[in-house]
Amino acid sequence: MNQALKNELSVSTEPLLQVRDLSLLYGPEKGCQDVSFDLYPGEVLGIVGESGSGKSTLLSLLSGRLPPQRGRIGYRDKQDQWLDLYSASEAERRTLLRTEWGFVEQNPRDGLRMGVSAGANIGERLMAQGVRNYQQLRGAGLDWLSQVEIDPQRIDDLPRTFSGGMQQRLQIARNLVSSPRLVFMDEPTGGLDVSVQARLLDLLRGLVRELDLAVVIVTHDLAVARLLADRLMVMRRSRVVETGLTDQILDDPQHPYSQLLVSSVLQP
Amino acid sequence: MYVAVKGGEQAIDNAHRLLAKKRRGDTSVTELSVEQIRQQLPLAVARVMSEGSLYDEELAALAIKQAAGDLVEAIFLLRAYRTTLPRFSPSLPIDTADMLLSRRLSATFKDVPGGQLLGPTFDYTHRLLDFALLAEGEYPGPQITPNASLDACPRVLGLLAKEGLIKNESDNSDTVADITRDPLELPASRAERLQALARGDEGFLLALGYSTQRGYGRNHPFAGEIRIGDVEVWIDPEELGFSICLGSIEVTECEMVNQFVGSATELAQFTRGYGLAFGHAERKAMGMALVDRALRAKEFNEEIESPAQQEEFVLMHCDNVEAAGFVSHLKLPHYVDFQAELDLIRKLRKPAEGSNHE
Amino acid sequence: MNDMTQAPVRDAAYNFAYLDEQTKRMIRRALLKAVAIPGYQVPFGGREMPLPYGWGTGGMQLTAAILGDDDVLKVIDQGADDTTNAVSIRRFFARTAGVATTESTPDATVIQTRHRIPETPLHADQIMVYQVPIPEPLRFIEPSETETRTMHALNDYGVMHVKLYEDIATFGHIATAYAYPVMVDERYVMDPSPIPKFDNPKLDMSPALMLFGAGREKRLYAVPPYTRVVSLDFEDHPFEAQQWEENCAICASHDSFLDELIIDDAGNQRFVCSDTYYCAQRVSQQEQGQ
Repeated sequence: MNQALKNELSVSTEPLLQVRDLSLLYGPEKGCQDVSFDLYPGEVLGIVGESGSGKSTLLSLLSGRLPPQRGRIGYRDKQDQWLDLYSASEAERRTLLRTEWGFVEQNPRDGLRMGVSAGANIGERLMAQGVRNYQQLRGAGLDWLSQVEIDPQRIDDLPRTFSGGMQQRLQIARNLVSSPRLVFMDEPTGGLDVSVQARLLDLLRGLVRELDLAVVIVTHDLAVARLLADRLMVMRRSRVVETGLTDQILDDPQHPYSQLLVSSVLQP
Repeated sequence: MYVAVKGGEQAIDNAHRLLAKKRRGDTSVTELSVEQIRQQLPLAVARVMSEGSLYDEELAALAIKQAAGDLVEAIFLLRAYRTTLPRFSPSLPIDTADMLLSRRLSATFKDVPGGQLLGPTFDYTHRLLDFALLAEGEYPGPQITPNASLDACPRVLGLLAKEGLIKNESDNSDTVADITRDPLELPASRAERLQALARGDEGFLLALGYSTQRGYGRNHPFAGEIRIGDVEVWIDPEELGFSICLGSIEVTECEMVNQFVGSATELAQFTRGYGLAFGHAERKAMGMALVDRALRAKEFNEEIESPAQQEEFVLMHCDNVEAAGFVSHLKLPHYVDFQAELDLIRKLRKPAEGSNHE
Repeated sequence: MNDMTQAPVRDAAYNFAYLDEQTKRMIRRALLKAVAIPGYQVPFGGREMPLPYGWGTGGMQLTAAILGDDDVLKVIDQGADDTTNAVSIRRFFARTAGVATTESTPDATVIQTRHRIPETPLHADQIMVYQVPIPEPLRFIEPSETETRTMHALNDYGVMHVKLYEDIATFGHIATAYAYPVMVDERYVMDPSPIPKFDNPKLDMSPALMLFGAGREKRLYAVPPYTRVVSLDFEDHPFEAQQWEENCAICASHDSFLDELIIDDAGNQRFVCSDTYYCAQRVSQQEQGQ
């Protein structure tokens, strides 16, 4: 096998995110500890567990919002350079969050500018990157609204006139406009009606495949995990108790807590 | 042809004369003297000194006279005067434990060593207008016991601290910033916050303190101790090598005891809020203590949910000299900017030519 | 026309220009930093002045810090020397600094202004001091000071164009008429103080030194001579200054910023130059020409 081919192979099989011994504890078993994993391009990792298990803390650590007490997070950027997330400057982290990364908040009000139009919300990342053509920005807005199945006529409407499901889809568009490689999602379907959830999950699944996104998704809802995640990490009281392929964990859980979690899901 | 109107200087001079006339009022009535204000409106003088950040009863009384009773205007006068004063030394921290008490109370215990000393207070008056005050009269105080001894009055919060129930405030010997010399940068240290609150508007702090009691950032306050009295002011000049006393000032101090906190590693302890003001000024000291505690939210890992807990909101808006200035500046001519707005709004209201709604 | 007054006698009860020397030194150090980083807001230990916050204390502190015996001071408000606040500030410095004052733009060495830049082009020996109410151009969209400081440090200005985009989507035009944000030296976004956008082009590559003081907010900033100052816009919606159909009713100027006056109950209007010196100059030249 020649060197060029070897290089190409190794690049595509290198992880996107490398996490080692990550810990942040607020009190005994509150927070998360000793978390290690690799995330590959295009892979969806689900973090499941009850509230208080530490999954939200873990998400904050991973997305650069909260410095850990111990451990390392490495990210391989578009130029193939490895970045140690918390050795990097605040500037670098924020730029990452605006360009190569996305973050979909549980409550869309936290992830949108409620006081400006849908078009402005979508265009903001482009404007931050220096796009200075109004028509181009408007075009991107119209394009993304249809991709997330919102009527493009609503481009000038304020997000507060949108339903919860639409606000969530707008939030997704706002994140994806900069072609991120890695997206963090915090209970993206929480608070939505079941039918609205289903539609949103369908959309997410389609976009993730189409754009080859790597995703870290936190959810307490195993149905969401089943639909979106390739792999799961089960958390309980600050620790990861089991990891593996989604189907394996949901169909054949090994750890007693995983078994409890899976069995407590109401079967339709 | 239109001719521009001049005469601004003359108009200003006349305005000043009218002001002096209004301030004087009916000349058949005796003119108010600065000394009368100082003696007979001591609570107004106290407020002007605290928020003017200058302890000088006579100057504060003068400012009140010059401001025709507008206390915020008087505070401004005192602040502006303060800018011109040279500083020759910082004082040593005043020791309120050594206070010559005129009033001392605690709501946390029925009785405390030294007792509850009511002092001159409005608290138990019935708020009925006293028409006898329309005439002048004599006001002898209560009977005085000559050479009466005052029992020692140890701090109530010190007693709690002895049992380990509340953390002692400790001096970490950092240099203390001076917000009147250096710009305040956020996040602020507790010392800087207390400085801003000490000179902050009483009404604003009162409202914020009130809001914490009504559930906007609740922290269950108790009045641990309120003391009013005279304390000595000492300086330690390098040239002398020992400290000397400059004199004494009257201050009001309030320590609030608030909800306890604890964690996995630390036992539960009460927390405190602190308020201090010049002169007899309880409401200010109490409001300040409530807001001080609310602003310590981060220190105690509390959710920041209410305006009183938001450091930037509180510190940026508590100074009434800044607030009054900016609000009143709206009276200045703004016609150029308004002209620009008129021009724009007329343009926007013209039927849209080449609008961009495709 | 020469409106320079005899240098008045300084009131010896106050230090020169009112502020003590330590304070002036502190302000000058901050100004040097500001000049070294064009458009960057430098915090300074602002003092209470005898005028209220919001009435020009920032501008006054800067003027006090830079004034010298030989300076000639002009003070304008809304472009006019005779508005009450301009009179008040000019008197203040006449009394506390004893400097000569003037209404003539070319004769002034220091010009303190509120809300306008004079029509007469400035020259290299002049310093403009602007009174600034809110120094932070991002304040309208981000109330938190810690957040806006971070945005400036990280060059995180996307949100400025969000506002402009929104204006165009709503009105078809950018809807900012004054305090129109600018990019200084291709690095910092700055609020040029509430001058009408008509005046923005005068900031670009000016031979004069521009200093901006916000007393209440305790920030100062600067644009050194010959610095690029560009008003924010979109390629397909470029910056446009205001224009009038009318001429000045006094001097017939078509190139200056005009004030609208309502002259009777029927709402009839007259337009006159906002810059009173410029207008009077033109009239005097026209008269001499006759």
